[in-house]
Amino acid sequence: MPETTFLDATELELNMGPQHPSTHGVLRVILKLDGEKVLGAECVIGYLHRGVEKIGENRTYQQFVPYVDRLDYCAAVSNGLGYCLAVEKLLNLEAPPRAQVVRVIVTELNRIASHLIWLGTHALDIGAQTPLFYVMREREEVLNIFERYCGARLTTHAFRIGGLQYDLYDRFQEDVKAFCEMFPHKLDEYEELLTGNRIWIGRLKGVGILTAEDCKQYGVTGPLLRAAGVKWDLRKAQPYSGYEQYDFKIPTGENGDTYDRYMVRVEEMRQATRIIRQAVDRIPDGPIMAKVPKVIKPPVGEAYVSIEAPKGELGYFVVSDGSTQPYRVRVRPPSFVNLQALDRMARGSLVADVVAIIGTIDVVLGEVDR
Amino acid sequence: MATTPWESELARLLKEHFGEQISEFSTYLGQNFLVTKPEAVVPILEFLKLEADFDYLVDVTAVDYPQRPERFDLVYIVYSFPRNVRIRMKTRIAEGYKPATAVGVHLTANWLEREVFDMFGIQFSGHPDMRRILLPEEWEGHPLRKDYSIIQVDNRWVKENLGIDSGQ
Repeated sequence: MPETTFLDATELELNMGPQHPSTHGVLRVILKLDGEKVLGAECVIGYLHRGVEKIGENRTYQQFVPYVDRLDYCAAVSNGLGYCLAVEKLLNLEAPPRAQVVRVIVTELNRIASHLIWLGTHALDIGAQTPLFYVMREREEVLNIFERYCGARLTTHAFRIGGLQYDLYDRFQEDVKAFCEMFPHKLDEYEELLTGNRIWIGRLKGVGILTAEDCKQYGVTGPLLRAAGVKWDLRKAQPYSGYEQYDFKIPTGENGDTYDRYMVRVEEMRQATRIIRQAVDRIPDGPIMAKVPKVIKPPVGEAYVSIEAPKGELGYFVVSDGSTQPYRVRVRPPSFVNLQALDRMARGSLVADVVAIIGTIDVVLGEVDR
Repeated sequence: MATTPWESELARLLKEHFGEQISEFSTYLGQNFLVTKPEAVVPILEFLKLEADFDYLVDVTAVDYPQRPERFDLVYIVYSFPRNVRIRMKTRIAEGYKPATAVGVHLTANWLEREVFDMFGIQFSGHPDMRRILLPEEWEGHPLRKDYSIIQVDNRWVKENLGIDSGQ
């Protein structure tokens, strides 16, 4: 239990969470208040700690793939992609072209699903109920495609080391195209509800500002960094899975506040749709699996591979001792690192703004606690 | 590990400034890393940040090799936005050695070092808040050490706090 020796007569300590709907899972924040004003925010995390990195050391390389889906369970596909790429790096092989294009499509669909969950819950926190129902409707379409593709909706285990387990189902392309046709109009609908909404603007503009300098100091990545005006996206900076072949923009904001992050994420969904549109027309024929031995034993060595997950830079540092099990798997989770900046963002704001700020970081506690 | 030597302008610059303190400049699978003495880690991070634009500390983590006298590998990963380059820095430390904290250079190091302490029991000297971060404060043991079994739990803590005999 953290000590509370810092209180003086006018100050108040307020405990937010772990059982609190707007903390998006089991996050506990201890707020130090002067009236309504936040003087400091301390995060207490670990309620969902399952020792995933330890489990990784006690499973074979293939067995560990489904476990990483349970980290950021809103973006399970991205987690799996990062880990598969890391092990492929250690094995010094690449997935075949067909697998790479399918990976891009499924990962971008998952980015949309993850951002939709964020949008719905964030709006709900601010007091707008309607968007939640809208976004769930569209997310359902994405999950249906996942279900038809690999049988699972949330923790998909979509990819394997070296490529894919399943080839595409017959109507995959039609389904994805229909989604891409429909989705931008739905995005316009969300924007009609929120973008010019006076309450939305009032609650979000100027709240939880994080400048580009702050972001770099705190190692904050993803939409938070881009909203602060830094045009940086790993898909562009260090492309993987053939992202360099697609034409898309990196949206950025100017003020680094909660409203800019909203705009950045909405635009990211549009760009993701663009990527999917391009990819779905160029799925090449060919194998879906590289030549991977049945028993994976990477040579002794280590590699760090990171991807642009919906929340930011998701990295895997894998150490091999030449056996069938990883000697060490380190997950560099974007949510954990981004959450550290909460104190900086919340200082000086009001208690009600803290709810908006937690929402805007887009934390998933499964990934923070691992 | 079949490494090849890492030769570049940056490696030359570091060699010039830190000389003997950096024992290895290598590349493995296209990823550059250097091996250094533990006391040189923070000065190198600072040098990289101020002189070479490595302004983003990506990760701090550790690897446990219990059979070695210097049991832990501490791993730092830094990235430079202007250069679009990522490098890894490794150092070996023995049980009980307290490496200096990097919080003064990168604020990110705060939670990352707390996690290393939580999981490996490596204390960072000069850290502003050296407490556990994921496990409960009173928990005994550091789970990511190799001698900590996968089914091991702190039974005393479990009994006191959860009222059951074992977490397993």
